[in-house]
Amino acid sequence: MNRSSIATHLILICGALFMTLPVWVAFATSTHAPETILREGLQIWPGGHFLETYNEVLFVEGGVMKKVTATTMLKNSLILGIGFAVGKVVISMLAAYAIVYFRFRLAVPLFWIIFMTLLLPLEVRIIPSYKVVADMGMLDTHAGLIIPLIASATGTFFFRQFFRSVPDELLEAARLDGATSWGFFIDILVPLSKTMIAAILIIMFVVGWNQYLWPLIMTTKEENYTLVIGIKQIYQVLNEGGELPQFQKAFALTILATLPPVLVVLIFQNWFVKGLVESEK
Amino acid sequence: MKRVQYEHSPIPYLFVAPQIIIIVIFFLWPAAQAVYQSFLLEDAFGLSSQFVWFRNYSDTILSGAWLQAAWFTMIFSFLVTFLSLGLALLLAVKANEVIQGASTYKTLLMWAYAIAPPVAGLMGNLMFNPLIGDLYGFMNAVGFDFDHKLDPVDAGFVVVLISVWKQVSVNFIFFLSGLQGIPKSVQEAALMDCKSSFRRFWTITFPLLAPTTFFLMVINITYAFFETFGIIDTTTQGAPGGATTTLVFKVFQDGFRGADIGGSSAQSVVLMLLVLALTVIQFRFIEKKVHY
Amino acid sequence: MSGVQLKFVRKTYPNGAEAIRGVDMDIKSGEMIVFVGPSGCGKSTLLRMVAGLESISGGDISIGDRVINDVSPSERDVAMVFQNYALYPHMSVRGNMSYGLKNRKLDKAEIEKRVNEAAKMLKIDQFLDRQPNQLSGGQRQRVAMGRAIVRNPQVFLFDEPLSNLDAKLRVQMRIEIKRLQRRMNVTSIYVTHDQTEAMTLADRLAVINDGLVEQMGAPMELYSNPKTLFVASFIGAPQINLIPVTFDGKTLNNGSLKLAGFKDLPENTDLVLGVRPDVMTQTTKGQLDMRVDLVEQHGGENLVYGALQGAVNDEGEELEICLKGDKALLPDLDAALRLSFDPATAFVFRKNTGERLL
Repeated sequence: MNRSSIATHLILICGALFMTLPVWVAFATSTHAPETILREGLQIWPGGHFLETYNEVLFVEGGVMKKVTATTMLKNSLILGIGFAVGKVVISMLAAYAIVYFRFRLAVPLFWIIFMTLLLPLEVRIIPSYKVVADMGMLDTHAGLIIPLIASATGTFFFRQFFRSVPDELLEAARLDGATSWGFFIDILVPLSKTMIAAILIIMFVVGWNQYLWPLIMTTKEENYTLVIGIKQIYQVLNEGGELPQFQKAFALTILATLPPVLVVLIFQNWFVKGLVESEK
Repeated sequence: MKRVQYEHSPIPYLFVAPQIIIIVIFFLWPAAQAVYQSFLLEDAFGLSSQFVWFRNYSDTILSGAWLQAAWFTMIFSFLVTFLSLGLALLLAVKANEVIQGASTYKTLLMWAYAIAPPVAGLMGNLMFNPLIGDLYGFMNAVGFDFDHKLDPVDAGFVVVLISVWKQVSVNFIFFLSGLQGIPKSVQEAALMDCKSSFRRFWTITFPLLAPTTFFLMVINITYAFFETFGIIDTTTQGAPGGATTTLVFKVFQDGFRGADIGGSSAQSVVLMLLVLALTVIQFRFIEKKVHY
Repeated sequence: MSGVQLKFVRKTYPNGAEAIRGVDMDIKSGEMIVFVGPSGCGKSTLLRMVAGLESISGGDISIGDRVINDVSPSERDVAMVFQNYALYPHMSVRGNMSYGLKNRKLDKAEIEKRVNEAAKMLKIDQFLDRQPNQLSGGQRQRVAMGRAIVRNPQVFLFDEPLSNLDAKLRVQMRIEIKRLQRRMNVTSIYVTHDQTEAMTLADRLAVINDGLVEQMGAPMELYSNPKTLFVASFIGAPQINLIPVTFDGKTLNNGSLKLAGFKDLPENTDLVLGVRPDVMTQTTKGQLDMRVDLVEQHGGENLVYGALQGAVNDEGEELEICLKGDKALLPDLDAALRLSFDPATAFVFRKNTGERLL
């Protein structure tokens, strides 16, 4: 190995450490007793309290919050992540199909309405959005949490782009074969989009799981917290309580909130990267 | 446009209906409300309101706190964009060079994409916790009089560091795929024409990455404006004294904590204009790219 | 079986562009018709109008006795083979061939029977459970044809089906298509821009130019008796030699070139003389002088290219002509050849209209 390639590896190793060490330290520290953490600070090697900490966080009521366990929050996060991903794929595929494969009078104005969502991120319409959901009685419901998030344009644009790249002749052949518009969609287009659908599902699961601002203002009851917003509340509780600060639990929760999306990204890495890079074209 | 399309029928309307209905109820209507409310002044109990033209705008936007937030947002966005792009580009170029362990490096450098900004914020906050945080101890041990709870610069440092950490992975993925998209023949031609690898990078590789870089700049600015909300909310909460308050955080603070609906709406409208500007710039660029 | 009738068929696009400007045609049952013409001439559009993939702006298309202008593509009882095959990539060969039959609600046993028969006929029965991406180009082409055959249609439509294949496979598939069509005796319309394909496949050939049928007839009829300059120049390889001339009552003239043996032609009008490369022979006392600049050896025959002496083309430059001879014809570079031809085998066209005069 020559000198420049040693330097290259050195830079990459530093980069990899920079990206991974904080999370590893968070994990290692979460497996120590609170006394150890207070006395010695952050830990680089795992300690002996793994089962104890995670058991208490996941299954014991009052272990982290008054009423709910991390298992409940994990469940809420999963519902949000999966509901968001599936909902987004379904409605954006349908809309993209209509826009690409049909000639209809309002196609252009409707396309612009979908486009406009790019100009209106949640942050610029947050209070009126909250009011709409509140007026519809959808606060603290899964529907109220998920539905307002799934309508944005990114998924529609992605599928529109993909559908346009499908050869025209497939539709023509299908029409000669007597396929109805719904038949062509279900028999040909959806199976053809399999890998694209998988890629978008993965990305959107991560995006949905990681939602913060909307769940934060939408959910008022502890039992509806997702992990991502739950951890912040816990952190406050831990700091304000009179007892020994339970830092190991706070770290354990950050690990729990991180693990599922990270696993999804690692397992489906190739699809994920493809979907991410393609979707921005 | 497809050569053959299905003709007029109610079917396409059924297909777009779910998305359009959700957009109208949860996007267009609230956005219109925000614009409307930005011209109203409500009394303290929210019982009556008065049309006040641009007073909310002049009151909030000319206030010292808003200008401070705007100033911080600009510096913050610049630093986050510049640092995370620079770091990601360096790592992507190096990762594109190595043969041994390439896929391991790639995985280790991109996986942080999956971590939510508030989770990253919380992790960082714990690392800088004065009771247990080794980073806090380290900063003081090397001679800084470090206290991010009191010192605006130190607080800014913490927020920028976490935001950059969180964003490197996305930039890395795009840069790496951009680099891999450069034809091998072009790189080989460059190798024969130019001996210095440093010069080769700046004269051949970097110009060919320009479209990716530009696209990522827009993405990063958007990230620094909007998505860092979760990081700020779990670390400094805009403290000390509003020194790390971004414009988005201020909209949330004034609207939800301060219940100043009119002022918060006026800020929202200003943000909409900013997003519009960013989108226009992005599309101008994409149009240009077509002519390449 | 039934024929296809086109009555003053027109196609005008919404932007006003006219793709088909009134085509009449009577295709007999079991006949194989080839549409040939340069790209953009409208031949594909016309085929797609028969298929129902393009709407008809004017006139009538009927299959058998039924006018099908407003009948949906799947109910016209036609089958089409596309240039890029258009196989459904996620379905097996069997799935591809049976999809149309399933949509027609045929019963399973019947579908199975038809697919197996067609597969055997096309020699793809051992691939029935493979995916299209596991097949070679030629095999995909067969699957595409199989998909058309199982439907048992009144009319086969082929849209440049061989242009994605390599040269050798193209010849092979061409023969096979012809054989299959003969055997099944199904009315077929075949679109191509390749004149060799057109000549060899067609019972009758329709040369299409700018949205109109220039001439329709048997391949050899078009070759030896073209009605227009366009048909003469489009049919035949190597291309016919075209020499701009005028007539003075006795001879055809271009520069110092004077050709006798022509009469009954208008004087003081720009004309074009057409001489096929294979009707000229090398002699000692001919009408034309040629300076050789290239000899192409094709094996059984040689093509000699060179400049026609004494004449110029419309731009005032040297006029290149081609002579076809056997493999013994091997003149040196820059050699002068004297050529002769029988005026009765040559064509004379009016230049501005392309109309044939002799």
